[in-house]
Amino acid sequence: MNRKTKRKFTDFISVLFCGGIYAFLFLPIVVIVINSFNATTSKPYLTWKGFTFEWYVKLFSNETLLDSFRTTITIALVSMIISVIVGTIAAVGMYKYKFRGKNIIDGLLYIPVVIPEIVLGISMLTLFAKASIPRGMLTLILAHATFSIPFVVFNVRARLADYDNSIEEASLDLGANRIKTFINITVPVLAPGIGGGALMAFTLSIDDVIISYFTNGQVKTFPLKVMESIKSGVSPDINALSTLILLGTALIVFLTQSGIFRKNK
Amino acid sequence: MGSKRHNIRSNILPKVFMVGPITLWLGFLIVIPLLYVLVMSFCGTDEYYNIVYKFTLENYKRLFAFNYLEIYAQSLLIAFFTTVICILLGYPFAYLITRKFTRKKAILYMMVIIPFWTNSLIRIYGWRTFLGATGFLNNLLMDLHLVTKPVEFLFNRGTTILGMVYCLFPFMVIPLYSAIEKLDQNLLEASADLGAKGRNTFFKVILPLTISGVFAGSIMVFIPCLGYFFVSDILGGGNADVIGNLIKRQFQSGNDWPLGSALSIILILITLLLVRIYQKLGGSMESLGM
Repeated sequence: MNRKTKRKFTDFISVLFCGGIYAFLFLPIVVIVINSFNATTSKPYLTWKGFTFEWYVKLFSNETLLDSFRTTITIALVSMIISVIVGTIAAVGMYKYKFRGKNIIDGLLYIPVVIPEIVLGISMLTLFAKASIPRGMLTLILAHATFSIPFVVFNVRARLADYDNSIEEASLDLGANRIKTFINITVPVLAPGIGGGALMAFTLSIDDVIISYFTNGQVKTFPLKVMESIKSGVSPDINALSTLILLGTALIVFLTQSGIFRKNK
Repeated sequence: MGSKRHNIRSNILPKVFMVGPITLWLGFLIVIPLLYVLVMSFCGTDEYYNIVYKFTLENYKRLFAFNYLEIYAQSLLIAFFTTVICILLGYPFAYLITRKFTRKKAILYMMVIIPFWTNSLIRIYGWRTFLGATGFLNNLLMDLHLVTKPVEFLFNRGTTILGMVYCLFPFMVIPLYSAIEKLDQNLLEASADLGAKGRNTFFKVILPLTISGVFAGSIMVFIPCLGYFFVSDILGGGNADVIGNLIKRQFQSGNDWPLGSALSIILILITLLLVRIYQKLGGSMESLGM
């Protein structure tokens, strides 16, 4: 083989390999999308019975399913906002101030990142049970914010590495108070880090199964609704909703990639 | 001058305000719950499975039951194979998308993350739909007359490992991607200029400089594997339980919380041990966070 054919051959193998990996990653998603158009009506909804849009219509009259979706979005948004506020303030505070126990807090932040989620889930379950806090929306939000906060802190911290303290001092010198300075000067500079952290918090929250499983009480998030339906076969309206969610998120990714984030670079 | 004035102004209040919330949050929702699990692991239960606060080592003794030992071994084996497969697939993949398809790397990287925006349970169920007895793959094989009756692909360790690799693959790719991206092209050229063959350059230059990514990815893959009960529930069908399944059972129908707590403590100890080894190998905690 001469050099050119050899190069072509390795190029071909590389494309084939990467293509195979993407096929692996997207295969179940293709299956989900195809099955959302499946005309079958009998459990477990696996045999292909022809093409239909009916499940997309049915979806909008399936109140419990829509409810679970709304619950998931609500929890994701609220826990995201909480984790962004607590995490951003913490990251800036830990950057600016020296205090006793800083290393401990730093270490504790890694616990939700490395520990298996099930341990975090059952530990919060036992606490909520012991403290007689009824499990539901509140406990779900607390739990989700807990595993999201570290990711916000890390993202904001990454931005702080090249943060110039003097602009803050200039603001204080010019007579702005600390809260005004934080909101008008510090936050905008850190915005990409905060945005990255927020996005991560939201993503982790909507996908969470394990921690929600132990902290939900009677409230059903979308993943828990899916889990419940798996025993009898996931009905195609769940696939339809998943397909719509996928389209929605793909759109968000596309928009953020092509516009908003680029401005900050 | 100005900054001095502000420093003289009490620094205590803003400090408390900024560091207080995180301290309270981590204290109440991480430290206290974990300590409570530790305490509970030394407690017993009465005949109605109420927790009895009396010191006992009974739960830890019960962890050595033979059927439990079997599941720990199985769980570690599943995690091990999942990690190895993720490295073998993830390393060349991350290398190719960062260094060969450089111009498209941002999109290619994003395409690894996008599947994660669909709920992971339903994606795992997608695999079951694909591989099941009446699933897409079997239908295809039957139509092509390659098999006469449906092949039973599901409900074994193999399919559980497949599901784990599927769920955790991005956690291997993310640290590898950032490690390989930092690689200095000049070094590779220098190595080639000095006469090193491709294989030598890889083992003497590329791999040592990116091994930190392999270590970080391994931690991010191996540890969750021990707990992901839903993967073995859906694809293992009870034949490939991991430690997570044991814990879940105690907090669900079994309702023996102290035993479940002792199992969780084992999982925490395994985690601490692995993170310790990771740090000894020179791994930084920061690479685990993103």
